[in-house]
Amino acid sequence: MEFIYAVIPPQILCQIFVGLSRTTILFIVASGLSLILGVLRIPNIAHGSLYMIGAFMSFTIAKAFGGGSLGFWMSLILTPMAVALLSLIIERCLFQFLYEREHLMLLLLTFASSLIFGDLVKLVWGAEYKSVPVPNLLQGFVPLFGGIPFPLYNLFLLIAGPVVAVALWLIVNKTKIGKISRAAAVDREMVGAVGINVSWVFASVFVIGCLLAGLGGALVAPTVSVTLGMDHTLIMEAFLIVIIGGLGNIWGALLGALIFGLSQSLGILIWPKFGIVFPYAAVIVVLLFRPTGLLKSTW
Amino acid sequence: MTKNISGEKDNRTALIVCAVIGLFLFLLPALLPRFYVYLASIILLTGLLATSLNFVLGYGGVFQFHHCVFYGAGAYATALMLTKGGFSLWLGFLMGPIVGAILGFILAVICVRLSKLYFGMLQISLGSLVWVTVYRWYSFTGGDDGIHGIPMPDLLSSPNSSYYFTLLVTILCLVIMFIMVKSPFGSALQGIRDNPGRSEMIGINVKRHQVVALTIAGFFAGVAGALFVVVDNTVFPDMLFWSLSLEVFIMCLLGGWFTFLGPMLGAAVIVSLRTFVSTFTVYWAMVLGIIFMFVIFFLPTGVLGYIEEKLNKMIIEPTIKE
Repeated sequence: MEFIYAVIPPQILCQIFVGLSRTTILFIVASGLSLILGVLRIPNIAHGSLYMIGAFMSFTIAKAFGGGSLGFWMSLILTPMAVALLSLIIERCLFQFLYEREHLMLLLLTFASSLIFGDLVKLVWGAEYKSVPVPNLLQGFVPLFGGIPFPLYNLFLLIAGPVVAVALWLIVNKTKIGKISRAAAVDREMVGAVGINVSWVFASVFVIGCLLAGLGGALVAPTVSVTLGMDHTLIMEAFLIVIIGGLGNIWGALLGALIFGLSQSLGILIWPKFGIVFPYAAVIVVLLFRPTGLLKSTW
Repeated sequence: MTKNISGEKDNRTALIVCAVIGLFLFLLPALLPRFYVYLASIILLTGLLATSLNFVLGYGGVFQFHHCVFYGAGAYATALMLTKGGFSLWLGFLMGPIVGAILGFILAVICVRLSKLYFGMLQISLGSLVWVTVYRWYSFTGGDDGIHGIPMPDLLSSPNSSYYFTLLVTILCLVIMFIMVKSPFGSALQGIRDNPGRSEMIGINVKRHQVVALTIAGFFAGVAGALFVVVDNTVFPDMLFWSLSLEVFIMCLLGGWFTFLGPMLGAAVIVSLRTFVSTFTVYWAMVLGIIFMFVIFFLPTGVLGYIEEKLNKMIIEPTIKE
């Protein structure tokens, strides 16, 4: 460790890791997006809105349980479920009728739903800023990197990212529904021919992806002020991560999130004013050399 | 695409309709109050933007998701030439389309290696880079405030004169684009849209045609952006934001993306609806979303496409009976 500190001072290391913990949330949202892209081939623009709805919902749920620690933990469980339910409704009522049509129409439909969701959030929660308290258990700091205090909640986020990645990998690769959905992504008709209801397979994949968006929203709520418009910036970042990682590849999303987060936090250290430009530049460099993303895309 | 069977007779009706609309547009400042003149200018330039997108979308089959980059870049180029450079309006006005075309060329060269949705997603992300740069570069572009009160020469400072200028430039651009669509280049482009593989086989350089078309589209989007500066005297970073691009995309779809004047109609519908609905309610985006859903589900070929289908049916059916 001493060697690392000689190269990078611990304060800076600490800053980089705080930046990376924010990227964890991006990864969780992007992995859901990637899953939906890989299996259903929908570039789901409404994903950002579901993330925003998740953040607002976790505010409401945390408040309903008294606003303390219990509220946060309940919101962490209930919010993804509520968002999943919402996504199930829109999938069954709208999206499923367009699978046979061009994917362009699906993309525009998700855009239309994101417009409607944005206004629904304004209607239900109003335009004011909302904040969710960090639970007692995760408040405070831990000494990390040579005694520099590191916020505990960010450490929690840093652990949550890989946990979600492994869980998602297990679902996609080891469970029956995961195997069926991968098969359906390759050849939909063949899967239907062996007697599997492909429509419901697609629906469940969509719901799992949107559940991750809700989880991301619930996790981000204590760290930022929950506000309208948080969907628009996030969805573009999540798309970039998915594209540089390779569409539909979950490890690609993790790699993309790492590149994105690292270039962002390093960029802010080097050039504070234009830090936000660095991840976009990194994306362009990656795409110039590998136009279809770093890892194998399922498309 | 359906071919128009009726031939010459239909052309004559189309010509009459165009003449009536042209006369109305010419007399509009005398007939309607000032606010509507401004609205008509915005409709015209948004329509030009949508038509330039449709040049690559409907005729080229290229999913250019983030077309507003060129619109915004053109507007910023013109605005910066006027405010920072102190050049005359005419030079600034030329700069808008040129910057649009250059940017269009660069993005096209990078993105054209991919096709369809992948192209669109790459393009939307590269466009976002341009947006983020404009949004953050306070000292040069004014950041999220944009640039306000851009000085105009006396000739174009009144709403009526800027309206006539917009009308003239828009009609000129539409005529040029129409000629391009009907030219051999346009036919090649439509061939590529319908079957890229076969077009390649008969000796059309697919990628090069697409790059040229995207550059042209960027140029005309830049014209629309420069017109916005003339009409509104402001620029702001939201002009380059991706959600506006998708709105323009749906304007093309709503009007009819396989027809030439469809995007103009779509722009007219959406811009005027936005203006009138937002006076009643703050939930305009929801109304817009519902309209979009309606179009996607029930009018996939757009209003003009639908009318064209019906007309063709009406004309064909009697001939069959005879």
